[in-house]
Amino acid sequence: MKRPLTPSQTIGPFFHRALLHEGWNDLAARGAAGERVVIEGRVLDGDGVPVSDAMIETWQANAAGSYDHPEDRQERDGQEKPLESDFHGFGRTATSTDGSFGLRTIKPGPVRPVPGGGDATQAPHINLSVFARGLLKRLVTRIYFPDEPLNEADPLLSMLPTSRRATLIARAVRGGAAERVLHFDIVLQGDNETVFLDV
Amino acid sequence: MSTLLGYRRAAQGIDPPYDHADYVSTHKRAPRHAPIRIAHTLSEITGPRLGAELVGPGDADLTRFAGGEALGERIIVTGRVLDEDGRPVRGALIELWQANSSGRYAHDIDQHEAPLDPHFSGVGRVATSADGAYRFATIKPAAYPWKNHHNAWRPAHIHFSLFGPGFATRLITQMYFPGDPLLKLDPIYHSVPDPAARERLVCAFDIETTVPERALGYRFDIVLRGRDATPMEA
Repeated sequence: MKRPLTPSQTIGPFFHRALLHEGWNDLAARGAAGERVVIEGRVLDGDGVPVSDAMIETWQANAAGSYDHPEDRQERDGQEKPLESDFHGFGRTATSTDGSFGLRTIKPGPVRPVPGGGDATQAPHINLSVFARGLLKRLVTRIYFPDEPLNEADPLLSMLPTSRRATLIARAVRGGAAERVLHFDIVLQGDNETVFLDV
Repeated sequence: MSTLLGYRRAAQGIDPPYDHADYVSTHKRAPRHAPIRIAHTLSEITGPRLGAELVGPGDADLTRFAGGEALGERIIVTGRVLDEDGRPVRGALIELWQANSSGRYAHDIDQHEAPLDPHFSGVGRVATSADGAYRFATIKPAAYPWKNHHNAWRPAHIHFSLFGPGFATRLITQMYFPGDPLLKLDPIYHSVPDPAARERLVCAFDIETTVPERALGYRFDIVLRGRDATPMEA
């Protein structure tokens, strides 16, 4: 029997104690393989005012391009893209009073081809949800990586007008032997509005 | 060649629009561009699997905190988490938060002049069982004022956060109580365009769930997106 969906409602401003947990913004804390990256950014509204009460969630593959989920088993069967016990791919944090957020993770590997979309591999990316007071449902976007040759052929980036594509590609701020720092602002509205996805 | 099943799209009228005239906070936060619809890939079909391992003893009982009993009307909230095909969503984490029986959140930014209750945190967690069922005990939250418009009051509500099987099924919503006169005035509740969909956010009083001499019972089922009927080639 078909059952009707439950609608979304806003997260509101009072979620912090219920949803934030120590360490959930550091996906690379344990011994995950891969290049360490720190993603820093701000969430801004249509007036450029920092959004100080947003929750950010991220979901990504590991360095081998494998999601820790039973439906990503094809790769695992072949052991080409093994899972790791120390990396699960989920992150959560909230913005501060200045609208800033930060996450430490590893750069994911390329993700297997889009179903029905030919054989184009998806460039490394982090899936991201934004929840906030004033957002009646989440906003979804993706963080792509700078200087990544696979971006050129990525099915999503390729379908965007050049002017908007850049909103999905993090900007390199500084590099280091231990980890690379990338900047990714989320502009909810207006000039340079981030590309959001209907998933 | 393998196949992947995407998730079905919500019918028109179920989810609120981003820009909702009567809810002032949407005005500067709603994107001007329509979100770009993408076919589901492994990125959307997979998702974090958070479950019972994150639920500690006492997490599903909000009626006691810091060594004492919370003030207010004790209630039991129970229901099932299902997908659109009626399949139970098993072992799924539900995170909850709410105001206390005076309409005050235990949160630094809540400045409403109503008393805090040292024995009520307003925060809970529960995981669904093998048949998708969940149950928690709490205190009935009260209405509270907000600054959206003159004399604006939020109806009593409990916030629910759930994941479901994939990134695409993530849901944060609010559960309301039957017969609340504030519902017809609340812009957040009314942001759901379809009246029938809106009413699904209201729990139902249930005498079978009610615990004699202890707590009133309410039922609230949650339905997450189901799978597409037709597989996509991968």
